[in-house]
Amino acid sequence: MLSLSNLSVTFTQYDRGLRRKQLRVITDLNLDVQAGEVVAVVGASGSGKSLLAHALLGILPQNAVMSGTMTFQGEPLTPHRCRLLRGKAIVLIPQSVGYLDPLMTVGPQVQRVAQLTGRTKAAAKTAVKKTFTRYGLPAKTFDLYPFQLSGGMARRVLVSTAVVTPAQLVIADEPTPGLHPDVVSETLTHLRELADAGRGVILITHDIAAALKIADRVAVFYAGTTVEIAAGRDFFTGKLRHPYTQALWRSLPQNEFLPVPGNQPNLEQLPQGCLFKDRCPWVDDLCREERPALRELNDGWVRCFHAEG
Amino acid sequence: MLKGDSLWFRYGPQLPWTVQNISLAVAPGEVLGIMAPSGYGKTTIGKLLSGYLPAIKGAVSVNGRSLPQKGYCPVQLVFQNPELAVNPRWRIRQILQEGGKLNLAQLAAFGIHPNWLSRYPHELSGGELQRVAISRILNSATRYIIADEMTAMLDANTQALIWQIVLDFVKKQQIGLVAISHEQRLLERLCDRILNL
Ligand code: SF4
Repeated sequence: MLSLSNLSVTFTQYDRGLRRKQLRVITDLNLDVQAGEVVAVVGASGSGKSLLAHALLGILPQNAVMSGTMTFQGEPLTPHRCRLLRGKAIVLIPQSVGYLDPLMTVGPQVQRVAQLTGRTKAAAKTAVKKTFTRYGLPAKTFDLYPFQLSGGMARRVLVSTAVVTPAQLVIADEPTPGLHPDVVSETLTHLRELADAGRGVILITHDIAAALKIADRVAVFYAGTTVEIAAGRDFFTGKLRHPYTQALWRSLPQNEFLPVPGNQPNLEQLPQGCLFKDRCPWVDDLCREERPALRELNDGWVRCFHAEG
Repeated sequence: MLKGDSLWFRYGPQLPWTVQNISLAVAPGEVLGIMAPSGYGKTTIGKLLSGYLPAIKGAVSVNGRSLPQKGYCPVQLVFQNPELAVNPRWRIRQILQEGGKLNLAQLAAFGIHPNWLSRYPHELSGGELQRVAISRILNSATRYIIADEMTAMLDANTQALIWQIVLDFVKKQQIGLVAISHEQRLLERLCDRILNL
């Protein structure tokens, strides 16, 4: 359905004194998503995972230059086509009710989203009411303002904004931080159901444990690049390929709670060689000089010279 | 000892009580976890203990004395969202200096890059700014820390990294820490004692 290959994004910024700075925010990113699957995109802040959503929605800032290829349903995804598809074939489930208009009740707002995809006013209203009922939202929710929603209700309203569209690709950007565990699992279940109904779902999150509850596959981002694409079960069977993915997994409180020290490299001056070399236990001269390409390994993908099955 | 004695709080005279008759105490060097269902006022408890909100009934004290009205509070609160905790018009250097002289070794441990110092908060990502907010309060004037979902928006590796530094500081300086979180397994890692409200 969706395929990205060697996507790179560079921001040009001007400092005081008009010194030009190039910020390489995404470097050779690869990802594909099929209908019916949940692909989780996990990584630290600054790993480029939210920018990926912006690229897919055609909302990168003016100073961004993009290279590489994106295709959606077999056709190139140009910034122009992104804008045409946005809200119709490709939708975003926003992070919080902060994205809704605070001065307007939520029913009409979701209805407006449904109308954008070509439904009549009456059909859109019916669709919204049906969706709210399906998610167990009381009928009066239609007439509530965003601030009147509890955390759990807010999540259901936000998921509804995707459900009332016929979108084939749904992007959920950080849908769970700081929520109560029950609300987290409910939100994840809703995303899983969207995929089971035949849509493709990209779940962007920093929370690997949450992602693993529903993801078919997990793409791990580091410093703007894909370092590994693994099946969800690879985490539990010790089949992880990249040292960073292994470190992320080890650092969970339910595992060893042991971090790798250090930081992602500075995007203004990406180092030569592998982007993970400063923190890697396996680094050697080859890694210091050359940047590894993404390669297939054990039914998954890894960007590392020394990863073995 | 930081003590909350029979604390009551509500956001308005007609509104239901958010915090009802909660008492707790944390000793220097102790790490206390607070687990509670949503809507139980965990965040409000954190704000009462750190003097952000005044209790309507009951009292908060450090070694028997109420919290100071002016100057640096010995009880420091860190929330989930750092944007709310820092002055948006200050540069990072100034924000950090609020907690005393810059401690370069500590900044390096937190991965705070020297070239962030001249930037403004909106020029850092949420995760980067959170490290600044935490580093700022790890100073000798802080005696108690209330960490309310402090690392909920960070990836697992950064979370573990930050807690390693904070726990080390807390043990060395004999600081009392209250960790408020939804995450049972995180609290089990961090705490000497967990309070289930
Ligand atoms: S390429 Fe080298 S430095 Fe990079 S992750 Fe693999 S072993 Fe580590």
